[in-house]
Amino acid sequence: MTIETVQSEEFLTHSVRAAKRKRAVRVWGLRLTIIVVWLGSWELAATYWIDPFFYSKPSAIANRLYEWFTIGTDFGSIWANLLTTVEESVLGFFIGAVLGVLLGVILGRSTYLAEVLNPFIKAANAVPRIVLASLFIVWFGLGLGSKVATVVVLVFFAVFFNAFTGAREVERNLIDNARILGASRIAVLRTIVVPSATSWILSSLHIAFGFALIGAVVGEYAGAKSGMGFLIANAQGTFDTPGIYAGMIVITVVALLAEWLIGTAENRLLRWRPKVSGSAVSEL
Amino acid sequence: MLIELRGATKRFPTGTGGIHTVVRELSMSVDSGEFVAVVGPTGCGKSTTLSLVSGLEPASAGAVSVRGAPVTGIPDGIGYMFQTDAVLPWRSVLDNVATGPRYRGTGKREAREQARDWVARVGLAGFENYYPHQLSGGMRKRVALAQVLVTSPSIMLMDEPFSALDVQTRALMQGELLRLWEGTGAAVVFVTHDLDEAIALADKVVVMTAAPATVKAEFRIELDRPRDVEQLRITEEFLAIYRKVWSSLSEEVDKTRKMGDRK
Ligand SMILES: Nc1ncnc2c1ncn2[C@@H]1O[C@H](COP(=O)(O)OP(=O)(O)OP(=O)(O)O)[C@@H](O)[C@H]1O
Ligand SMILES: [Mg+2]
Repeated sequence: MTIETVQSEEFLTHSVRAAKRKRAVRVWGLRLTIIVVWLGSWELAATYWIDPFFYSKPSAIANRLYEWFTIGTDFGSIWANLLTTVEESVLGFFIGAVLGVLLGVILGRSTYLAEVLNPFIKAANAVPRIVLASLFIVWFGLGLGSKVATVVVLVFFAVFFNAFTGAREVERNLIDNARILGASRIAVLRTIVVPSATSWILSSLHIAFGFALIGAVVGEYAGAKSGMGFLIANAQGTFDTPGIYAGMIVITVVALLAEWLIGTAENRLLRWRPKVSGSAVSEL
Repeated sequence: MLIELRGATKRFPTGTGGIHTVVRELSMSVDSGEFVAVVGPTGCGKSTTLSLVSGLEPASAGAVSVRGAPVTGIPDGIGYMFQTDAVLPWRSVLDNVATGPRYRGTGKREAREQARDWVARVGLAGFENYYPHQLSGGMRKRVALAQVLVTSPSIMLMDEPFSALDVQTRALMQGELLRLWEGTGAAVVFVTHDLDEAIALADKVVVMTAAPATVKAEFRIELDRPRDVEQLRITEEFLAIYRKVWSSLSEEVDKTRKMGDRK
């Protein structure tokens, strides 16, 4: 009797594993097929029908990427350009996120301040902030400062609204409990409000880093001496379509890396949460 | 008198601009070391009464005092076990219990030592590093209990602490509560729906009226201590008290039910 159960259990785990493997193979197989079909048809179309001068083609883009990473770009090494962009985004991202969290949490907990500042924040949010990039160039010059300022403005609002909502939604009960246990106002903010708002804040950081990259690239586009946006702007100026695509791909890879980093940090910080069941959600 | 409410009244603004009186002209008192159970129909204002004593909500009228001083903030030595779960989901069992001492300025190591002791005393040894979502409802209640007890309060406000538990666990926890409480000299105000529980635990049972709450009657429970909660329930003495208190309480419960029907 017992032996039978053990066997069937073993059998079950075995078949579950086999099914999982089969599924992984099928998913990845289809993914690869999609990529091959997409790139292949593009390559074919650009070779025989459409004009590769405007639309470029995968082989040309790959070529350009290879060139960038071996010989270098027209404006110095690719790594130097990439470093410029990453530096601007990361610096702006941290400043913007810290400001956003601070102000969001403070306003979220102070109904009075929130009421006073509400129209200003709404108005500031409605301003087309991308345009500020040009203004910042006038103010801070072509260097790091103007790009960081653009990034900060973009990141700040993305984080601020989530931190604000997160701080508002804190369970009253938890705050009361902390107060009874002897927490000061600051301690309540630090140990109750910020941790409760963490999942809100973290989910905004994903989007915020995307904004940070956009801010840096747009800033460089508006005027710079190096950086990925600067490379793309130059490629555009010389009708170098493969260059535009290549720049796009490099930025995408950076964004995916950052996404992965933030996801890892999120998982560590939110260890206390029950695991979300259903692989679709945890995989995405 | 440790806790005294004299003509305490609490009103809340309603969503539609009116005023809702939740507690009306309530007077009661609790001696130090006394275990007082509060029973009353649902929604009558029991939790609100506790929040007046805790200083979380100011009274709209009347006087609430603790140790002779009017309650303006949270009085010293208060412990409060809330009706709904208030453990911090992002802290482990041990760190949850250490929360109070940490807020009160105890060093991290020392606070953890105290917490470890209380975690064991409420029967959760071995679960120190679990997060609340990994515990059962009853275990979370124990964490909340330890979280309160570790601060050695001289006044414990407990709002239906065991109502979510099954009968066996509840009896167990009641026994444990008495064991932990005896010898601390703390006063307890214990809100419950369970009259059995009220009588088995308390020195005094306060029956509240249907909403808005005020004290309808008080019953002194002259049962010897230490009590064996489970043995007690079937004694003739206990049943006699039960019938007396129930006849008072059931009127109010009926009123509440009728009010609900009319709505
Ligand atoms: N903050 C508040 N604002 C407005 N009304 C409130 C507030 N808190 C409580 N009330 C009202 O006060 C009444 C009594 O609430 P309370 O929680 O004190 O009842 P209770 O006796 O503890 O009920 P139960 O036994 O179901 O827990 C309810 O009608 C509730 O709607
Ligand atoms: Mg209640």
